[in-house]
Amino acid sequence: MKLKEILECVDGKLVWGESHLEDEVIRGFASDLMSDVLTILEDDILLITGLSNNQSIRTAEMSDITNILLVRNKRPSQNMIDMAKELNISLSYTPYSLFKTSGLLYAKGLKPVY
Amino acid sequence: MHEEFTIPSKDFSVAGEASSKIKRILKQLNVPPQRIKQIIVAVFEAEVNVIAHSYGGKVLCDIEQERVLIDVIDTGPGIEDLDLAMTEGWSTATSEVREMGYGAGMGLPNIKKSCDELKIYTKKGDHTHISMRFTL
Ligand SMILES: Nc1ncnc2c1ncn2[C@@H]1O[C@H](COP(=O)(O)OP(=O)(O)OP(=O)(O)O)[C@@H](O)[C@H]1O
Ligand SMILES: [Mg+2]
Repeated sequence: MKLKEILECVDGKLVWGESHLEDEVIRGFASDLMSDVLTILEDDILLITGLSNNQSIRTAEMSDITNILLVRNKRPSQNMIDMAKELNISLSYTPYSLFKTSGLLYAKGLKPVY
Repeated sequence: MHEEFTIPSKDFSVAGEASSKIKRILKQLNVPPQRIKQIIVAVFEAEVNVIAHSYGGKVLCDIEQERVLIDVIDTGPGIEDLDLAMTEGWSTATSEVREMGYGAGMGLPNIKKSCDELKIYTKKGDHTHISMRFTL
């Protein structure tokens, strides 16, 4: 799925990273626990998380994840946006919960990691 | 090439800065991206552990032709039961640490999986020294 299709599917809004809208995302991984995310070795992952602080961006940086979707309308802080820009990671948010967001995207064909 | 980074205790705003710099160096040296990811995940977990669980410490990084050596040395309080700490899911993370997104109890197991050689010195009341070797 392209990132722009993902955002349409979950009524998401892009905060930063327009150049990523055409990114082909293969798998989704939903977690608020960063070491869980760090176990992933696959590429082209969307990180879906309720963790709205700079640690989600750091974790994405370390695992080469280039797209992050925050759930439950958690708007990223300016500090997070600055970091995302510097690391070229897209940041979006959706009004839906982690459960609903994951369910909608899974139903649309976004693959799980495990 | 030798690099040293000081890691503070409890200050998550700088968590990952050392790992990020090491990652950049490995990229410049054209290490394959999948290999970099493996190395950096281990370094990052160890760096975060210093911030989350210790009184602070440092990361020493030595990059040689065919291997990377990383030593993460803190100033205490040490780990009481290392076997338990190495178990997936075991964690003593405080609620502050959990709020930052850590405390799954996966850090040390992730480190073990990622490196080619791991040595850990630790003792309750003393410091913790994690020594990792990666072949390039
Ligand atoms: N440098 C350290 N100093 C003291 N105790 C440590 C140190 N590193 C790890 N520990 C202890 O070992 C436990 C397990 O560490 P591990 O990294 O596996 O999990 P965690 O840090 O609790 O959670 P996660 O890494 O998944 O976010 C910690 O909860 C802590 O009790
Ligand atoms: Mg840890």
